[in-house]
Amino acid sequence: MDYKVKAVLVDSAGFARTITRLAHEIIERNRGTERLAFVGMQTRGVYLAQRLARKVEEIEGTALPVGVLDTTMYRDDFRTALKQPLVRVTEISFDLYNMNVVLVDDVLYTGRTVRAALDALMDLGRPKRIQLAVLVDRGHRELPIKPDFVGRNVPTSINEEVRVRMTEIDSEDAVLLVEVQQP
Amino acid sequence: MSLLTHKHLLGLADYSEADITTILDTAERMKEILERPVPKVPTLRGVTVVNLFMESSTRTRVSFELAEKRLSADTLNFAVSSSSLSKGETLLDTALNIEAMKIDVVVMRHKSPGSPHFLARHLDSIIINAGDGCHEHPTQALLDMMTLRQKFGALKGLRVCLVGDISHSRVALSNIIGLKTMGAQVTVCGPATLIPRGIERLGVQVTHSLDEAIQRCDALNVLRLQLERQEAGLFPSLREYHQYFGLTRRRLEKAPAPLTILHPGPMNRGVEITSDVADSEHSVILQQVTNGVAVRMAVLYLLAGAKMPSTEMKV
Repeated sequence: MDYKVKAVLVDSAGFARTITRLAHEIIERNRGTERLAFVGMQTRGVYLAQRLARKVEEIEGTALPVGVLDTTMYRDDFRTALKQPLVRVTEISFDLYNMNVVLVDDVLYTGRTVRAALDALMDLGRPKRIQLAVLVDRGHRELPIKPDFVGRNVPTSINEEVRVRMTEIDSEDAVLLVEVQQP
Repeated sequence: MSLLTHKHLLGLADYSEADITTILDTAERMKEILERPVPKVPTLRGVTVVNLFMESSTRTRVSFELAEKRLSADTLNFAVSSSSLSKGETLLDTALNIEAMKIDVVVMRHKSPGSPHFLARHLDSIIINAGDGCHEHPTQALLDMMTLRQKFGALKGLRVCLVGDISHSRVALSNIIGLKTMGAQVTVCGPATLIPRGIERLGVQVTHSLDEAIQRCDALNVLRLQLERQEAGLFPSLREYHQYFGLTRRRLEKAPAPLTILHPGPMNRGVEITSDVADSEHSVILQQVTNGVAVRMAVLYLLAGAKMPSTEMKV
């Protein structure tokens, strides 16, 4: 699908600052790092979770566990989606029991993926608390889901999309507002 | 658009390298689900699967049923002995009647080769072949390939030898087709009476000496003697068969490097394989069984989880 970049919402320097602020907020809200863990949602949520964990380690000196979650098998739209989703890796190698889990995703939109992630996490264990951290909240929620930590609030229209780019898989760190051209 | 280019899994004959890789990759993800505290996901909620087994089976039927339950599909088991087939109803009538009750997938085993292809022509449902006579048994070959890939990392260039009753084995044919598609080198080994003439045309090497085969392969897939499907007189006695084609520790010790041993089960211990080989550290027979559930979950997800044009917007 072709798209046209309408605006660069966050550039590389801004990206780093946002991660730093989110890490501070997470530590503050949780009064430290005790029993704290990150779970990143495939794909870019995973890299965001890893970056947040590194930043928290820089600030507090403690290394926190980072898990990887794929929500494909819990989605409500996989049989109506245009393209069948590939099942990706889920790897949570620590016990979720009684943990304060920070679920990390790049863009919060309808809230359906987060709903799927919550169901998946509950099947994997029983965390004490789950908080939601997102880099961008673009609005248009379809479910009663509210993030605890937000990098950037971006009001969007339906035919716009927010693309998060990260050096781990893309050529740069950036958040782009794009317009999708319907084929 | 689905990840596979097929509606059914009737055999591996028309599955490409990309299709098989997609199934094996997805199966690895499914394996992780099986290791969770709650080994169940809601993915196929609302999908009804009928297990139509018209020939006896333990492993495959249980494995499919477990895979279906792990994916939250509704399952219906159908055994020939307690059904109207024993009253003389035809296969097609039985299948049409079951389909009229609104089902989505038929997992089928039948003694006649081609019967799943026949049903696929007459039903709207997705058909998965769980073994049709001496023709194909695609999910078994897929789980064998998954096990080999876990052990060796890749299938390309791997030297695999299928030993035993090649003529009556659907496992052999599906393995040959699948392994060749994936770029492995395949050898078949057995008495001349149990190897079909012209099998070289499938691109396999033929040998009648197990000792020779052991010298030049990485893995041995030991097939069961299909005594129930054979006519008499194909080999003199079980004892003689064991003498020439039974896999023993002593034989294996002559291999240049330890070989990985597979067996699709059920084993005739002491005939095609001895217990010390079957239970040795180089045997991956029980891993095959575990992988079987994962592979079947992958196939069900990839076929039944794709968008179905006839039932648009069905969630």
